[in-house]
Amino acid sequence: MNFLLQITPWPVVSALLWIVLIITTLYFARPTAHKLIRAAGHSLHKVFRTASLSVAKAEDSLATRNREVLLAAGRESKERIVEREFDRINETVRKDLAGYAALHRSLSESIDRIEQDHKEAVDVPPDPPGWVKAVEAVAKIESKDGRIGIGNVLSDIHKSLVKAHKEAMQAYREASGQRHALLRKMRPEWREIQQTLAKVGKNVDSLLGRSVTIDRHMQEYEDIVKGEDHAVSILSSSSLVYFFVSALVLVVAIGGAAINFSLIARPMAEMVGGTSLLGGFRTADIAALVIIMVEISMGLFLMESLRITRLFPVIGALPDKIRVRMIWITFTILFLLASVEAGLAFMREVLLHDELATSALLRGEIGTTATNEYMWITTAAQMGMGFILPFALTFVAIPLETFVHSLRTVIGLVALGALRFIALVLRLVGSGFRYFGLLLTQLYDLPLFIPLWWAARDREPRKADATRMLEM
Amino acid sequence: MRTLILLGCALLLTSCSSGRSANTGVYMLIDTSGTYREEIQKAEQIIRYALTRLDATDSFAVARVDTGSFSEKDIVAKITFDDRPSSMNRQKRLFAEQVQAFVDDSRSSQYTDITGGLLQAVEFLNEKQPAEKTVLIFSDLKEDLQDGYVRDIAIDLEGFQIVALNVTKLRSDNVDPREYLDRLEMWRSKVEKSGGNWRVINDLDGLEGLL
Repeated sequence: MNFLLQITPWPVVSALLWIVLIITTLYFARPTAHKLIRAAGHSLHKVFRTASLSVAKAEDSLATRNREVLLAAGRESKERIVEREFDRINETVRKDLAGYAALHRSLSESIDRIEQDHKEAVDVPPDPPGWVKAVEAVAKIESKDGRIGIGNVLSDIHKSLVKAHKEAMQAYREASGQRHALLRKMRPEWREIQQTLAKVGKNVDSLLGRSVTIDRHMQEYEDIVKGEDHAVSILSSSSLVYFFVSALVLVVAIGGAAINFSLIARPMAEMVGGTSLLGGFRTADIAALVIIMVEISMGLFLMESLRITRLFPVIGALPDKIRVRMIWITFTILFLLASVEAGLAFMREVLLHDELATSALLRGEIGTTATNEYMWITTAAQMGMGFILPFALTFVAIPLETFVHSLRTVIGLVALGALRFIALVLRLVGSGFRYFGLLLTQLYDLPLFIPLWWAARDREPRKADATRMLEM
Repeated sequence: MRTLILLGCALLLTSCSSGRSANTGVYMLIDTSGTYREEIQKAEQIIRYALTRLDATDSFAVARVDTGSFSEKDIVAKITFDDRPSSMNRQKRLFAEQVQAFVDDSRSSQYTDITGGLLQAVEFLNEKQPAEKTVLIFSDLKEDLQDGYVRDIAIDLEGFQIVALNVTKLRSDNVDPREYLDRLEMWRSKVEKSGGNWRVINDLDGLEGLL
């Protein structure tokens, strides 16, 4: 470094000479250097901008794919819901309206009976009084003809009238009694009709309610088929909710599986040995894990066979007869495995007692391992857990299905976010290079301020002269 | 493609290769000579402690140190624990009973052949081939050989851990403590020169790190 300052005997002069030389060089190289810096900045800006556009394009295609996946999933889900609603309607129609003929016959019979009873209950008018004509005949008898015998006649008529009246009243009362009896008989028929009609009304209301639900679902289905943004937004948020809820349930299920594992891993050592290793892991642990995995698999198949989940379309598409067979087979295997687990849980307790007794003996604590009379409770609880947990794990299939389906959407969203972020970063970096190039040109000019000022000072009078010339 | 298949097969075979977890071999020498026989109750405690620490497939042997200890006849009890927990517990109980019987019936020996016992221990443990080999010497480390017994033999103790337990002070040690210190130093250098690892535990309440 020192040799640079030794080109003249005076270092200051040498330094000044160097400065002048450098500034002069920089000044003459200025246009080229500016071009170079701008070109470099521009190129880098272009490169990053192109990269950003590519990423943005990838983001768009991923967004389209996500949208399609979401819509397809939503369509499938809605189809299932609508299908189930129709199944329910079908069930209602089959159960209630299948008996419509019998219902109609029952109603017709009831109405016929009511009509018949009504006819019979019509009020019969009493016979016209027979004595009116007799009175008229008596009244027409002349005085001369003598009315001596009239008193007797009237007396007879009176008697006859009283008698006839009594008979008529009796007959009327009997007829009224019969009518009332018939009307009483009609009351249960009316009630029956009323109840039947209420039931029919209820069924019709239920069908109407279901049809409203189906209408709503069909509307949503149409929105999904049309691919409307509103439907996509709803499906997306639903997917996220399903994802977190199913993940939570799966975490709980994993906890259950871990408990299950601890119940059977220890006694497994009694079967496959406690120290042998397989791929770096204890064989007993692997065996216990395999049993739990087989149980979960059987649970999945059982749920598939019951058509509760649809992870394996092959199982769902099996003929009903084979499907029912599969249900029984998977249930039997599950039951046997649960029984094995209960046995292992019992064995675990026995081993634990044995180990405690041995440890106590070796420590010289004789008599401290007396069996607790309530120990059977823990044994029974362990056995119960060993038996129940495999069946409880069966239901893992439901959140697992939801998790798998919603995971696609979530992964898509995460990837979309990542791509968006990368595109933004690339764009920012590109712009940064562009402005950095501009900054560099300014920095380049900084040490050249004296020649630049001088050049500008020299240029201004020339410019003024040129302007004047133009004006002239 | 073929390479991938081969790689997959190799991975599968590696993951499926069976093995065993590292096991331990313990050989305990109990000095029954002279007044040290009175300490034998403590030895029983140590044996019981060791039994609680040992696991499946571990080997354990207890032998007495007497006039001529380089003999299988001096092995009081020996066992290699079974793989199954229930069987292992049964073996431990049986072993404890055998040791108890030895403690009750043991007699004091006239001479002390520690080196012979150590040779026997090395032979036993080398035969069992455990991952960790430990020899416990329950003695005052005062070797007293009968005339004619040659024990100036080089022993290969590479990979062995030799632990001296309850090294009591003799009456003469009290008079001249250098004797005790020299004795300990002699054994330490002997073991370490042979490639072994030497340790002394006199406080029997601190056996936690023993096995």
